[in-house]
Amino acid sequence: MFAFIARRLAVAVPTLLILVILSFILMYTAPGGPFNSERPLPPEVLANINAKYGLDQPFWKQIATYVWGVTTQFDFGPSFQFTNRSVNDIIAQGFPVTLTYGAYSFLVAVLVGVSLGVAAAIKQNTWLDYLAVGITVGAQVLPNFVLGPILIIIFTLWLGWLPGGGWNGGQWEYVVLPVIALSTSYMASIARITRSSMLETLNTNFIRTARAKGLSTGRVIWKHALKPTMLPVLSYLGPAFVGMITGSVVVDIIFSTGGIGRFFVNSAFNRDYSVIMGITILVGALTIFFNLLVDVLYAWIDPKIRY
Amino acid sequence: MTLTRKLMASTATALILTAGTAYAQSETATHPETGEALAATQAFTYRVLDESPSIDPGLVEDVDGSEIVRDLFEGLMNQDALGQLVPGVATGYEVSDDNLVYTFTLRDDARWSNGDPVTAADFEYAWKRAADPATASPYQWYMELMSLENGSDVVSGDTDPSELGVTAVDDTTLEVRLSEPLPYFPQMVTHATTFPVHQATIEEFGDDWTRPENMVSNGAYVLTEWVSQERLVRSRNDQYWDNDNTIIDTVTRLVIPDENVALTRYLAGELDMTDVPAGQFPRLSEEYPDQAVSVPEACSYYFMFNLRDDAPEAFQNADVRQALSLAINRDVIVENVLAGGQEPAYTFTHWATAGFETPDIPMAGMTQDERNAMAQELLGNAGYGPDGEPLTVNLVYNTSEAHAAVAVAVSQMWKQTLGVETSLSNQEWQTFLEARSNGDFEVARGGWCADYNEASTFLDLMQSGSGYNDSKFVNEEVDELLSEAKTAENPQANYDRVEEIIAEETPIIPIYHYASVFMLNDDLKGWPYENFEQNWYSRELYVTADE
Repeated sequence: MFAFIARRLAVAVPTLLILVILSFILMYTAPGGPFNSERPLPPEVLANINAKYGLDQPFWKQIATYVWGVTTQFDFGPSFQFTNRSVNDIIAQGFPVTLTYGAYSFLVAVLVGVSLGVAAAIKQNTWLDYLAVGITVGAQVLPNFVLGPILIIIFTLWLGWLPGGGWNGGQWEYVVLPVIALSTSYMASIARITRSSMLETLNTNFIRTARAKGLSTGRVIWKHALKPTMLPVLSYLGPAFVGMITGSVVVDIIFSTGGIGRFFVNSAFNRDYSVIMGITILVGALTIFFNLLVDVLYAWIDPKIRY
Repeated sequence: MTLTRKLMASTATALILTAGTAYAQSETATHPETGEALAATQAFTYRVLDESPSIDPGLVEDVDGSEIVRDLFEGLMNQDALGQLVPGVATGYEVSDDNLVYTFTLRDDARWSNGDPVTAADFEYAWKRAADPATASPYQWYMELMSLENGSDVVSGDTDPSELGVTAVDDTTLEVRLSEPLPYFPQMVTHATTFPVHQATIEEFGDDWTRPENMVSNGAYVLTEWVSQERLVRSRNDQYWDNDNTIIDTVTRLVIPDENVALTRYLAGELDMTDVPAGQFPRLSEEYPDQAVSVPEACSYYFMFNLRDDAPEAFQNADVRQALSLAINRDVIVENVLAGGQEPAYTFTHWATAGFETPDIPMAGMTQDERNAMAQELLGNAGYGPDGEPLTVNLVYNTSEAHAAVAVAVSQMWKQTLGVETSLSNQEWQTFLEARSNGDFEVARGGWCADYNEASTFLDLMQSGSGYNDSKFVNEEVDELLSEAKTAENPQANYDRVEEIIAEETPIIPIYHYASVFMLNDDLKGWPYENFEQNWYSRELYVTADE
């Protein structure tokens, strides 16, 4: 197991490096630059600005300087767009926001999704099953850019219970609507995967044996069926978790949370090179880490899996 | 000002805003001048589309950022509700007989938020800093535009910034020397780029000086909170010389990217001001007649032809260009497509620009049927259209629903009236800018907003040497007229002639003049509706109590 983890970590480093270089190349091939505007800057001014940010250097040198700064000092450089902010600042401000509503969304999605899925499978072809499937299909086809504004109309405009956006340091009333909007479709996917996986498990021989031994239904479900059921769910949860905590652009835009997703998209539009790179590396590293974590959990849940 | 970030902003919610009530004048129940009853909570919350890149006066480049800077800092002169000059840090100025030297007298009670006096040296430092290539300000060119002595050379880096034509004679006297007389120079010092900055603070904190914990400012408000992409809060500056007459305690700017969500939150009472989403003005002005506002906004919307030698031959022919211009029914675009109080444009200069009388352009006086007939004739004579060579046009615009709607309407008009086929292409902003400046287009959308309230802010784009002349229109007469206008006592005749040439030569097709369309809480008073540049100052606003 330790050898496996060490091997995976060793592969992660070149993977990240390739990610950095590819992103860098893609970024530079996109037309425009961080300092283009409708009113083009005089050449002298543009030259000054480019020199300030090292953009006058040859491409290989820029990339080398960048990688060096990131690896040795954990310095992602200054933002090209926001003069008084470094990329580290932006991540330090935006990531905790996203992490907060993302983690809550994950909890809600998993708890509600797994419960719904299990309930639907146990009571297959009853009203409960139909209701659960109805809810999950509904939740999955309702995109969050539609759901978000609807939530604001209901809870802010009509009922006046919750603020329609903002973050305000993460007070609970500001977190509720983003969590509902973000978790709904993940919850639906989790419920559907859980349901079909549970149905499959319940038809296996070892469950029939457990039942034949006279175990109670509760014990059969919790002790024997749930663990194998979770395997396909788990492989979905790894990427889903990264997706949630690295931000939903839609949630950031609709609820103005100031999260990392909004910075990411804006940096791409504004060609804010260093911000694009910083967030790409963050998302890349998290993805690699959580995929590894899922693999480790796999082995723990299913003793048959050996690395 | 660039258009992408353009956004009028908006207002306040008692729900979120409790700060600032600490020094609210609870006993001041009525407005000192109008006698209106004032609300207990004096807060203003408004919405913007996006975060401002900077709120450093020397670096600020967008409309939203300038709104913040005007609250946090105060320049030599301010604008009143009509856009007229009123004293700011300067109590007034004198001009030399040759109109080249301006001497500003500063008030002696102006203070920085840390208690330091605001002196002429602060202005001298700020101006030289903004012009210094080392500052790398995106608005460095503004210092050149002001025609300061040695301005161009300092901006290009050929002369040391210390040579710039601005000198603090003593603490309360600022001398400004120009390289050529500029009739509208005093108007230019209401612009954020000319505001003073606190040298000691900048030297201590570098780029970080604009953070709330570091910033020292001299305006009616100080920065108290700034969460990027979310909120920016400013509250009263008790060191401000006119603090006694300030009524609003707290101003909050919220970034809300989705304009429909912003409208919902406005209607829920979370905001005092927000933009009206495109096309919704007729409905909103009917449902909320006291809140939906449309006022002229200092920008013009136009299409430009590519006149470079390698561009399609058809567009080298002025008759073809004019035919395409004539065939566009501006009234339909303004009334049916946009429906927000915009005005049809036949001149490039916005009709409401100060001191500008819209000249009689022949096209403006014709009916659309007459224009269409003339367009068909011009195009036919040029050998194109139904009886000649088929003409196709590629029209490119930056991605936006509103631009797409205008482009589709225009392409239909060209097709129906002239039989011209139009292919539409939208491009993401950065790609669009690059294509336009490289001449990689046939016809492209353009939008231009005034940097100061005078016609040359628009017409200077038509100069052959202008860096913003993406058409690459070259006309010697225009160049002469415009350079002459710079120093003319009354440049109106020159502007008339330039607009006539634009109408005849049609390097660009003016389509409409913008209107700013927004919702404003009807309890919030003091809004400068008639200030053409929509330069508002929070200290002029107040919230009346509900009756």
